[in-house]
Amino acid sequence: MNVQSPVGADSWTVAGRTFTSRLIVGTGKYKNLEENAAAVEASGAQIVTVAVRRVNVSNPNEPMLTDFIDPKKITYLPNTAGCFNADDAIRTLRLAREAGGWNLVKLEVLGEAKTLYPDMRETLRATEVLVKEGFEPMVYCVDDPIAAKQLEEAGAVAIMPLGAPIGSGLGIQNRVTIRLIVEGANVPVLVDAGVGTASDAAQAMELGCDGVLMNTAIAEAKEPVMMARAMKAAVEAGRLAYLAGRMQKRRYADPSSPLAGLI
Amino acid sequence: MTVDHTVQIRINGEHRRVVEGISIAALVSELGFDPVRVAVERNLEVVPRSTLDDVKVEDGDDFEIVRFVGGG
Repeated sequence: MNVQSPVGADSWTVAGRTFTSRLIVGTGKYKNLEENAAAVEASGAQIVTVAVRRVNVSNPNEPMLTDFIDPKKITYLPNTAGCFNADDAIRTLRLAREAGGWNLVKLEVLGEAKTLYPDMRETLRATEVLVKEGFEPMVYCVDDPIAAKQLEEAGAVAIMPLGAPIGSGLGIQNRVTIRLIVEGANVPVLVDAGVGTASDAAQAMELGCDGVLMNTAIAEAKEPVMMARAMKAAVEAGRLAYLAGRMQKRRYADPSSPLAGLI
Repeated sequence: MTVDHTVQIRINGEHRRVVEGISIAALVSELGFDPVRVAVERNLEVVPRSTLDDVKVEDGDDFEIVRFVGGG
């Protein structure tokens, strides 16, 4: 991260690919593909997460995501959502690599359906295997600085700690651990999951994260396209505030007008 | 294999009979999908797209045919 670079040139790089948008958006839960595409456009995102699922053999003419969001213009980041062990996640990403033709993927191995909390033992095991097979995994993980370090050592190209459970919209629950992960990481850190509204996204960026990944906060807003715009602005505002360096907090007031010259 | 020159396979968990000797690419096309927009797994091994034309479907094969869909 180059804090000295002019704001206009602000960008981040993951596994050798450089992006100017720090917002990654999911493509699930939208009413329809048109709204989904409009929200992606409004968010300014250059990366979208996508899932890998069976084709519907009984209806080959179902509309395809790729008809609405062009993978030549927007980087598709295949995920392993719904996988509860390393083997299923690895199998899914091998197929994703064949479907898309690239190695940059999002790994998530979930531990249980209720919380969708990551299973870090399986996540770490999957990361090791994927890296050996030439994948560049961005890894969803707990907000634990030690686990984050272990993932980085295993070859994760980005660390993506949850701010709160997936789809909960509760906002960042532990700012301290997110900050510690950011401070300790030599790869990009993105808050993935838990963002509910714009201030949550700004907060993630103010903590020094390289980006934010969200889906439900936009898709389940009453006006998803408007919320996508809000999130774009929030991520930019949070990033600028982080670069600008916030003032120190004080216990008491400090007047903004000079005391000298008072009548 | 049977006298009617078909083989039994599974596609995405469903049993199906197809013509003996058909290539995977032809199978995918026959199902109505563009082979360049899907990925195919055969008996738990990914079939590289470049070989879909060459690999023949065999009796008992278990296929998964997938594509990208919206997801978080």
